[in-house]
Amino acid sequence: MINKTVTNVEEAIHDIHDGATIMFGGFGLCGIPENCIAALQKRGTKNLTCISNNAGVDGFGLGLLLATRQIKKMISSYVGENHEFEKQLLSGELEVELLPQGTLAERIRAGGAGIPAFYTPAGYGTEVAEGKEVRVFDGKPHLLEHWLRADFSIVKAWKGDTAGNLIFKGTARNFNPMMATAGKITIAEVEELVPAGTLDPNHIHTPGIFVSRIFQGEQYEKRIENLTTL
Amino acid sequence: MALDKYGIAKRIAQEVKDGYYVNLGIGIPTLVANYIPSDIQVMLQSENGLLGMGPFPTKDKVDPDMINAGKQTVTTIDGAALFNSAESFAMIRSGKIDLTILGAMEVSEQGDIANWKIPGKMVKGMGGAMDLVASARNIIVAMQHTSKDGQSKLLKTCSLPITGLHCVKKIFSDLGVFDVLPEGGFKLLERAPGVSVEDIIQATEGMLIVEGTIPEMKI
Repeated sequence: MINKTVTNVEEAIHDIHDGATIMFGGFGLCGIPENCIAALQKRGTKNLTCISNNAGVDGFGLGLLLATRQIKKMISSYVGENHEFEKQLLSGELEVELLPQGTLAERIRAGGAGIPAFYTPAGYGTEVAEGKEVRVFDGKPHLLEHWLRADFSIVKAWKGDTAGNLIFKGTARNFNPMMATAGKITIAEVEELVPAGTLDPNHIHTPGIFVSRIFQGEQYEKRIENLTTL
Repeated sequence: MALDKYGIAKRIAQEVKDGYYVNLGIGIPTLVANYIPSDIQVMLQSENGLLGMGPFPTKDKVDPDMINAGKQTVTTIDGAALFNSAESFAMIRSGKIDLTILGAMEVSEQGDIANWKIPGKMVKGMGGAMDLVASARNIIVAMQHTSKDGQSKLLKTCSLPITGLHCVKKIFSDLGVFDVLPEGGFKLLERAPGVSVEDIIQATEGMLIVEGTIPEMKI
């Protein structure tokens, strides 16, 4: 039986090189690969191009890699909660490409689906449209957007099995399933790793074929950005 | 007296109808959820992958894996569904959302909206706003009528970078309710309690259309 298991986070990220393009799953701090991010910081891999909806917060998530200047470029849709990010952006240290969230999601989905480009109405008439082909469909202008692919995709799932199948929980799913399909090498860290045959195939969100390596994360802080209760 | 943000949210809640799928933006729009009448059924969509968003959890029910687009901890209601970000924007772009309520920094008399960037000052990003304004059928805006230093935010043309063109259908400000006409212009529909038509004319830079007697809004 195919076995995608690696023993630990160090083995999972061992070949991520300086200058790599990496997709990171997560929305805000929800569903981010905490263990891989911490290990990348420890390893000091630099000049990274990171594709992620957000850029973490100061001191957590991708904020860790920003603080150590390991990120050269970010491709994101919303980066509002990170002062270090704003500082590096305004000073010109950090390259940033901001995209409409749905365009970002679809470009990643396209990258993983073998679709090189598509048209979307989002961003027409805005800065996002600069340099992009415009075509009218059904009387409405659309922008040509290209697929996004990465050297590595790093995703976080709730449960996974040794065959690489993944199940996500709650809103921690977000960008993870699309990113899992769009990496040349996809690394999945999971809260619970079980033997193949344990998970019901009906419940799998990401089929194991998309996953190159899987391991169980040592611990998850799951920091909450805005705790709101009744 | 101009409305406070809760007053604006209360008035907007009257626009939400039974059976609607609704997307609420961050800020005043989020508050609208608190004032939706309890006798109607509404499904709130959160673009990070949740349809059927419920109220904030009680302290013992907090789940870090269950948040809304504002990264606040939330719950689900009966009939809720979870999905990935691509599917979430598929429902948005394909026009399945009945009502989209957004905040805005500026709106032009042509219905253009600016709400994502102040050059050199604030770079937060557009998040899902550009996808929403490009595709949603029914976009209404909750906003302050003027800036802190008294400048009108209902303009002839937006001065800030645009989020989307010709998309805003209706505006709910602290001073009143306005239709954005397809041919251009803000048509005054209602005044906030105690606010005069004269006050609104003074506070509006874009073309304001006032026809007949303007009723005071009921909230």
